Amino acid sequence: MRFETMNHKRVTLFAGHYGSGKTNIAVNFALRLREGGSRVTLADLDIVNPYFRTKDSEAELTQAGVKLIVSRFAGSNVDLPAIPSDVAGIFDNRESLAILDIGGDDRGALALGRYRERILEENDFEMLLVVNRFRPLTRDGKDTLSVMREIETAAGVPFTAIVNNSNLGEDTTPEHVLGSLSYAEELSKATGLPVKFTSIKRSLYPALEGKIPNLFAMDLQHKII
Amino acid sequence: MTEPVLMKGNEAIAEAAILAGCRHYLGYPITPQTEIAAYMAKRMPKVDGVFLQAESEIAAINMVIGVASTGRRVMTSSSSPGVSLKSEGISYLAGCDLPALIVNVQRGGPGLGGIQPSQSDYFQALKGGSHGDYRNIVLAPASVQEMAALTVKGFDLADKYRMVAMILADGTLGQMMEPVSISEPEAASTEKPWALTGTDCKRAPNIVNSLYLEPDALERTNIERFKKYALVEENEVMYEEYLMDDAELCLVSFGITSRIAKNAIVAAREMGIKAGMIRPITLWPFPKTALLAAADQCRAFISVELNMGQMIEDVELAIRCKKPVFLCNRTGGMIPTPEDVLAKIKEVNKIGGAQA
Repeated sequence: MRFETMNHKRVTLFAGHYGSGKTNIAVNFALRLREGGSRVTLADLDIVNPYFRTKDSEAELTQAGVKLIVSRFAGSNVDLPAIPSDVAGIFDNRESLAILDIGGDDRGALALGRYRERILEENDFEMLLVVNRFRPLTRDGKDTLSVMREIETAAGVPFTAIVNNSNLGEDTTPEHVLGSLSYAEELSKATGLPVKFTSIKRSLYPALEGKIPNLFAMDLQHKII
Repeated sequence: MTEPVLMKGNEAIAEAAILAGCRHYLGYPITPQTEIAAYMAKRMPKVDGVFLQAESEIAAINMVIGVASTGRRVMTSSSSPGVSLKSEGISYLAGCDLPALIVNVQRGGPGLGGIQPSQSDYFQALKGGSHGDYRNIVLAPASVQEMAALTVKGFDLADKYRMVAMILADGTLGQMMEPVSISEPEAASTEKPWALTGTDCKRAPNIVNSLYLEPDALERTNIERFKKYALVEENEVMYEEYLMDDAELCLVSFGITSRIAKNAIVAAREMGIKAGMIRPITLWPFPKTALLAAADQCRAFISVELNMGQMIEDVELAIRCKKPVFLCNRTGGMIPTPEDVLAKIKEVNKIGGAQA
């Protein structure tokens, strides 16, 4: 299925283990939805990590017409777990699609509890579990499942699908991605949740096109080193 | 864990420590090294180890002294202001000849400073930092893989010489993710007959102590200890030479900045400037001999650092001021781009050696 024809909910939330790739996916996801002509708001709810934030892509997002809601302290020296007040507006203005980038693990997902009732009441959301089998603490289905349950308990919002973002950074080969499919499948079976898509860096797309359903090609956030 | 995984530098330190046999982590959270504590909190209970978040950095370092006294592998980690708080304990470890691993994932200073990367604790790590005549072995990783490898190495060296080994990293190395392969190291079998393990009424009690009632006894101890330090300087220097065979300009850089310097050196060589680099992997012992030899070959040196110029003093000392040493730096949490370093190389190439 192509991204454009996927059934997108009004609110899409990306949660998962620390360092699983949520922010990169959220930024790319927001840009792709915007390309399709929708009004898109991306909200950064990360209260755990002061680094690697949606703010790093602010110029690109703003230029594309994606509304970014992010703490003005993100990327600064102010290491504050702050959420801007206008995040609440996301649930009042339902004309815009909303993408929520949640902080890592259960600690990050706690921030979601505050909006839980609004999300459940509107009941038009997709809560995506981002997984990377090359991360040391989520290498198999069992460990990933326990991280998932911790996040659900903290967030109070149930997951609805899985995003397989298995990668080794710049060193990722098509074989790494193909080799991760059984892991995603195992997780899918254990949870009863479908794999919504498999995200890859754009350069791998030609090698994997047609081999994996629902491929999502991404541009990675700028790196200095 | 031989298959590569994608890890943050902080996580790689934590996992490598566990594989090296460390079962006691005592710390207190501070950005940008908190992932070490978070990872230990998850992993230590699974390997029957101890993760303990102390009430402060000072409490944590004193717990390290306690565990180290028993001969068990022990570590703590922090970032710049937190390491300042630990400094008294570091001197006590040195005075008691106790092995321990201390990690500093540096951030901008002085004071509370900021949370972005820096190398401005070089003086603190190498020039005392705490009171008394002592040295720490200081290791400077430049990749996530080296964060793991030097953690294992640090434990081994600490045990071998009964010294503190410090990993001097920075916020970028702590936070960045890279593929890393960590395998179980060969079991290091350092006997620790000095450790406080109980006498079983079969031997005289061991004593771990840094108080000497007679000044001449303290002097003798210090002089003996410095013989040990001389051995470390003789045997444990580690550095990497990069394109030094025909180099006329020698960059000196450690940690994350050495990677930026490498990019700049490649660009400089494309322009016909023969630049190379000596990258200290051990900051103490410092690669003095290699640098002094380079002084006969090169016209000038450039010290690339994330501070106002700290290692540059050791470069000047090592080369006995035979050639001019220039500084290429950013500070306060800022990082130079390869273009910044290249601009410095070009500038020094024009004037380099003229002032010698």
